[in-house]
Amino acid sequence: MKTAMLTSAIAIAALSATAAVARDQVQVAGSSTVLPYATIVAEAFGENTDFPTPVVESGGSSAGLKKFCEGVGEGTIDVANASRPMKDSEVEVCKTNGVTDILEVRFGYDGIVFASDIAGNAFAFTPEDWYKAMAAEIVVDGKIVANPYTMWNEVNPALPEQEIMAFVPGTKHGTREVFEEKVVIAGCKTTGAADIVKAERGDEKACSALRTDGRAVDIDGDYTETLARIESNKNGIGVFGLSFFENNTDKLQVATMGGVIPSTETVASGDYPVSRPLYFYVKSQHIGVIPGLKEYAEFFVSDELAGPDGPLAAYGLVSDPALADTQAAVAAAGN
Amino acid sequence: MNTPRKGSLLVQDARTKRRNAAEARFKAYGLTAIAVGVLALIVLVTSILGNGLSAFRQTEIMLTVELPESKLDKSGTRDLDVMKKVTTLTYGPILAKGLKDVIAANGIEIEGLTAKDVDAMISKEASAQLRDRVLADPSLVGQTVEITVLASGRIDGYYKGRVSLASAELDSNVTPAQLRLADALKDKGILVTKLNPAFITAPDASDQRPEAAGLGVAILGSAYMMIVVLVLALPIGVAASIYLEEFAPKNRWTDLIEVNISNLAAVPSIVFGILGLAIFINFGGLRASAPIVGGLVLTLMTLPTIIISTRAALKSVPPSIRDAALGVGASKMQAVFHHVLPLAAPGILTGAIIGLAQALGETAPLLLIGMVAFVREYPAAYSAADGLFGEPSTALPVQVFNWTQRADPAFFERASGAIIVLLVFLLIMNAVAIILRRRFERRW
Repeated sequence: MKTAMLTSAIAIAALSATAAVARDQVQVAGSSTVLPYATIVAEAFGENTDFPTPVVESGGSSAGLKKFCEGVGEGTIDVANASRPMKDSEVEVCKTNGVTDILEVRFGYDGIVFASDIAGNAFAFTPEDWYKAMAAEIVVDGKIVANPYTMWNEVNPALPEQEIMAFVPGTKHGTREVFEEKVVIAGCKTTGAADIVKAERGDEKACSALRTDGRAVDIDGDYTETLARIESNKNGIGVFGLSFFENNTDKLQVATMGGVIPSTETVASGDYPVSRPLYFYVKSQHIGVIPGLKEYAEFFVSDELAGPDGPLAAYGLVSDPALADTQAAVAAAGN
Repeated sequence: MNTPRKGSLLVQDARTKRRNAAEARFKAYGLTAIAVGVLALIVLVTSILGNGLSAFRQTEIMLTVELPESKLDKSGTRDLDVMKKVTTLTYGPILAKGLKDVIAANGIEIEGLTAKDVDAMISKEASAQLRDRVLADPSLVGQTVEITVLASGRIDGYYKGRVSLASAELDSNVTPAQLRLADALKDKGILVTKLNPAFITAPDASDQRPEAAGLGVAILGSAYMMIVVLVLALPIGVAASIYLEEFAPKNRWTDLIEVNISNLAAVPSIVFGILGLAIFINFGGLRASAPIVGGLVLTLMTLPTIIISTRAALKSVPPSIRDAALGVGASKMQAVFHHVLPLAAPGILTGAIIGLAQALGETAPLLLIGMVAFVREYPAAYSAADGLFGEPSTALPVQVFNWTQRADPAFFERASGAIIVLLVFLLIMNAVAIILRRRFERRW
């Protein structure tokens, strides 16, 4: 019995000892796409300032924003990384939980690329090709039919004779939304199928329903899983982030989209169509409470890091041309 | 009437032959099963060792670097606060110049080598290393110092078979010229691949510097969690088992408890993670990513294992020991604590160690309580702000999980290396359990 009392005493002591003094480490969570950038910044921040290195968790944009909106106080995270803008519904949840002062920081852009095994055929895609190859139902002669294509050259004679097999990000990824919106639905619109789908199905979003016969494979893991799937199935074409591709150029070859080769330059100029902004959200109510929070945000968007010659661009981030405005907005926050 | 069976003991009849054949077949099945198991183990271990052993070696470059006052301390006052304003980004070019000087001094000429290539030979970790050294001793500014820095991940990969001249042609992060330079530096003895203790001691590093990533924080975090599990699960588990086995009346309630304990032992570990998130973090207000939370969750998970093995150990002590003790006038409590418990101790300890080993390798519940994180600060065992074991950390198995998700292929090697470290710890713990059992267990 003595031991039991002793252990419970230890447990109580451990529990009560917490939450006494303010935490001194910035806590970050969110998108796995933003994670590498956030860790690079956190590492440099810890090295170059007297503040401790922030703790960065991943888990996805939605999960991060959910945690972010749990409330105000040192038990909640300070920064949420996101590969998409915050939704109105999420802002609502934040508000009801008392998180009223949110600073949105857009720090750059990320390209989404289509890549296949380096030894295989080269591809030059257009969004229409992807719509025709991937959609569950396509429009032929004004009628909606189940997708009949099995080879890329059936979709578009200019493409190589290769079986259709694509590894696309699963629905929990922010990348999936961009893929559907900027590729599949865009292709649906340019082929003129969107109007017919809208008339028949009530919403042009029905264009983005992907085929379920095993030719469009959802990858719920990360890009390393997509890469492994391509290595085991050389006919597969994978959807990757630009930075991931740039770290694996010895294994993958990238396809052009609408005739444009994806690179940080073409994404920045807007010529390459499939890209998305990257964000992080700062809980302004924590500025001044959690030491180093504002400094971290300022450090993140500084020219030295997020600028075109900084380490983030070297890793594959497309620098934001309007970075100066962002810097001013961050500098003004919490005052 | 049955007719007596005819036959000889020396000549096998058809039925005996069938029975013997069945036995031979069963033996063959057994052997095949063992062979498959051993083969799987050999494949697993060789693939892990093959991929991971190289993580314990790292390529380093020895440099002589001038530390110009004009860049590092413009004021010339050696005031630390002013010098801290100079970031690692300024130190990078200084190191690159140092390497260029070394190349020139050794008369190495490589065709197609650009300034950017030379810069990218050195790990980005090196500028932080140099900055720390200068800030620790500001008098170094204006002098020339010798420093050993890590080579970048791709150069290191060249000496580990991950990168070749052919793959470098295609790789946007390394050029063949860099690899030829690396070979030339190696010939001069400036670039060496040697044992890398930093893999065990250094904290995690970002995606841009896989060569600097280490297991320090993860090992500390795992150690803290094991202490919490040991301190909580062992006494609680043993006390519960002694009561249930020796003192509790046998009735419907104790049966119910027994069934529940056996059930808990089979509950998927992720369920304990969900429980931990709800109770310790959301309700109890403990900090996410803290070893104390991980330890508490793993305690819950390990308790049933410890209780079941402790009860088995207590049961295996013959009743005659208890009877003898009671017979000479000992109280029930004296009989248990003076006679039964010491005899059951080796079995209890074995169960506890196996439970701990299981907890050490557990990943799923830790995913939910935020231990899959990028943590570079070594967690202190106690801090005023976060309490006992309250500072964020990672753990060995989640570090493996974390590294396999990174884009740079060098992290795959690191992950395999981390698995080796984890396996070594598990092997030690299981060996201790076996030794304890062999030396102290009594059989009746």
